[in-house]
Amino acid sequence: MRLSLTVNGEARVLELDPRTTLLDMLREHLRLTGSKKGCDHGQCGACTVLVEGRRLYSCLSLAVMHEGEAVTTIEGIGGKDALHPMQRAFLRHDGFQCGYCTPGQICSAIAVLEEMAAGRPSHATEDLEAAPPLTDAELRERMSGNLCRCAAYPNIIAAIREVAGA
Amino acid sequence: MRYDKPISMTPLDARRIVAQPVDRVDGPAKLSGAATYSYEYHEEVPGAAYGMIVPAAIAKGRIVAIDSAAAEAAEGVLMVMTHRNAPRQGSGGDAAPQLVGSEIAHHGQAVALVVAETFEQARHAAGLVRVDYEREPGRFDLAEAERQARPPRGGEHRMGDFEAAFAASPFAVDVSYTTPDQAHAMMEPHASIARWDGDRLTLWSAQQLPDWSVGDIAATLAMPSEHIRIISRFIGGGFGGKISVYADAILSALAARALGRPVKLALTRQQIFNGTSHRPATIQRLRLGCDAEGRLLAIGHDSVSGNLPGRSFEEGAASQTRLLYAAPNRLIRNRKAVLDLAPAASMRAPGEAAGLLALECALDELAEKAGIDPVEMRVINDTPHDPERGPARPFSSRKLVEALREGQRRFGWERRDPVPCRVRDGRWLVGMGVASAIRENYVVEAKARVRLDGQGRLTVETSMTDIGTGSYTILAQVAAEAMGLPLDAVTVRLGDTRLPRGPGSGGSWGANSAGTAVYDACMALRDMLAQKAGLNSTDARFEGGMMHGGGRSLALAELAGEGVSAEGEMLPGGLTQSYAQASFGAHFAEVGVAIDSGEVRLRRMLGVFAAGRLLNPKTARSQAIGGMVFGVGAALMEANVVDRRHGLFINHDLAEYHVPAHADLPDIDAIFLDEEDDKSTPLKTKGVGELGICGAGAAIANAIHNACGVRVRDYPVTLDKLLDGLPPIG
Ligand code: FES
Ligand code: FES
Repeated sequence: MRLSLTVNGEARVLELDPRTTLLDMLREHLRLTGSKKGCDHGQCGACTVLVEGRRLYSCLSLAVMHEGEAVTTIEGIGGKDALHPMQRAFLRHDGFQCGYCTPGQICSAIAVLEEMAAGRPSHATEDLEAAPPLTDAELRERMSGNLCRCAAYPNIIAAIREVAGA
Repeated sequence: MRYDKPISMTPLDARRIVAQPVDRVDGPAKLSGAATYSYEYHEEVPGAAYGMIVPAAIAKGRIVAIDSAAAEAAEGVLMVMTHRNAPRQGSGGDAAPQLVGSEIAHHGQAVALVVAETFEQARHAAGLVRVDYEREPGRFDLAEAERQARPPRGGEHRMGDFEAAFAASPFAVDVSYTTPDQAHAMMEPHASIARWDGDRLTLWSAQQLPDWSVGDIAATLAMPSEHIRIISRFIGGGFGGKISVYADAILSALAARALGRPVKLALTRQQIFNGTSHRPATIQRLRLGCDAEGRLLAIGHDSVSGNLPGRSFEEGAASQTRLLYAAPNRLIRNRKAVLDLAPAASMRAPGEAAGLLALECALDELAEKAGIDPVEMRVINDTPHDPERGPARPFSSRKLVEALREGQRRFGWERRDPVPCRVRDGRWLVGMGVASAIRENYVVEAKARVRLDGQGRLTVETSMTDIGTGSYTILAQVAAEAMGLPLDAVTVRLGDTRLPRGPGSGGSWGANSAGTAVYDACMALRDMLAQKAGLNSTDARFEGGMMHGGGRSLALAELAGEGVSAEGEMLPGGLTQSYAQASFGAHFAEVGVAIDSGEVRLRRMLGVFAAGRLLNPKTARSQAIGGMVFGVGAALMEANVVDRRHGLFINHDLAEYHVPAHADLPDIDAIFLDEEDDKSTPLKTKGVGELGICGAGAAIANAIHNACGVRVRDYPVTLDKLLDGLPPIG
């Protein structure tokens, strides 16, 4: 099947087996291997990317469902020599060890702050009328779809907190 | 260097770069997605075909028929390999042959490999392979198998008259604890890409110990080790799960040779649980007796674990008890039973991780009987030397008591009410727990090379791996400090078996062993540079990219000329025999147990550790916390659930095998006490990576008992095991 979409600001046209997931399209066809495959079943978050500005498990989504959409992967967030503030905060706070869950954590973290700024509540939000407070409980709840077996968790939360200015 | 006597001063003692909390040097690559893991070498290996294995659907028996016709006819399929057409492979010893016959030894073992042009085609065709089996009954229940458990491999460790002393102890507990099978659950699945160039094989493969893996693969493929190269530059976690060679490495190599084309193969998450290894379940009997002051009179620790027939690994869950506490009468042994589950193997702190879950809770049970505070109980039973060998074998360093005291103070232990159920916070019963941490210190052989170029840049090379441990960073720190260079003048190259043989990542020996090899190479390089300048190396000082001495200052870049290189190595000497060596610590945990549901929430946790000199306090803290979180998982949620009818771990994915997530973790911190251990390595380091898990889960289980009065002896401590014992709501 033919598919046109934008990846990291670049227009792409691909001829794809309709069974190809968005994650495999990125990793195997576009060779953007920054997005990781930890489970291929929506259970770990390593494959998290931003689609139309919202975070999504790219392993749970077929590529052809994203015709015309804009996808941002870790490669589009910041390169080695031009790290995004979230990536820099992860570096300072040692918010990673093996690095395999890390691109997903960073994509999620960036989206979490946007979701909170937009006033979207989470399971941890007590007052649904007010803007969600930037508490650790909120951040931990919202980040829980991204597993880290190295357990950089406290450092990840510290990094997000710093970027959020909380 | 052979390290057989403690070193005095070294250039690392300046601690300008070493022992500083610098950011990881491989951080930018990992944070930007530029770091390449094993499945991701598109540029080096273009055009790889995709493999997918078919796992056995029974635990024991044989294949009676395989119909691969539909798979072979499917679009894009290049080959289907089964035991009928798989090449002959080596067996025995280190070999890990695949698809060698119709016998099934465990669920999840590969029974076929499908290779196709694309991943989607391979996955689809794998589902078309039809396998008929004849089942045989298997042994899946450790409690049943225990009766046939073999006598201990290394003999029992007896001292005094255990039975008599235990029987005569004024206070005693005789309790059994069980720990379940656990999954490493590292985030990167096992993956390999194989390419042949003539009779030479290159494998990009996630291997913690790549040089060992070369040996295993050579034995399997019956080819010389020199013809195999493994590249493991980045490994997405291992925790022991990537020590042995599995189907991805062997089958990608066999298929690539048969097809004359590179093949890439990753195990699916589901395949990993039953197709690779796990930490085996244990049943542990603790018999502890003490006097009225809490002094242990008798320690009995008896552990049994299972493994497949013919496998040598056993979970030495009783072993650490030989070194942890004093007592004149002792009986400590590990036994092994035969099971037909997937292979059992090392997982982060094999032995201690499971053993301390039992010992440290049983000790609390005894302390409670004797009316002694749990922290005091541990302090009272501290020992300055190996309890079995006596003062002839002192500890090289041991700060267990200091760690307990520091933690006690920082955690607010004095607020702990020794009587359960008396501290309430709304619907939560609140309790505190403590446990000791010990992890034996390992130092193994290692080699490294350093090369200084005419620009004054230093390259460090060893086949050591970085599995998240910080190897890239700490080795750069050691080299920069030793050579008086800034950190960014050092490049570290790891994870390639063409480089000098590193120790690999396992047993927390990486920094000790690879670090010393790098140090030794730098010292040799310093000698060479001093000689070039006509100086005695003892008169030369290396600082700020210069060598100072004899009234002169010379830039290293100039001295290097065309480039100079030196090799170094670590050869452990007799210091581990003359000194007992281990890292120590203490865990403190506070939990809430919901009085209505039995739900357990960890509220805060602190680990205080002493592990020699820390090459990098930032990465060491991260590793310690990582280990503690493994302990949280072990205490509260992690278990491979054995389906005893079909003989497999039934919860074989990350939705059903629970590991701690962000929301499971409250404030958790780890601190280190100052310590330098010159009996361990010239770097004065000890092992760090596994210490954090040791005892962590027991501190939580002890806190649960302190909160609600229920003592669960069957891990993990889930709410169903607490509900019946909770006090009335009121
Ligand atoms: S790979 Fe997508 S959630 Fe795990
Ligand atoms: S850094 Fe290893 S899994 Fe998160």
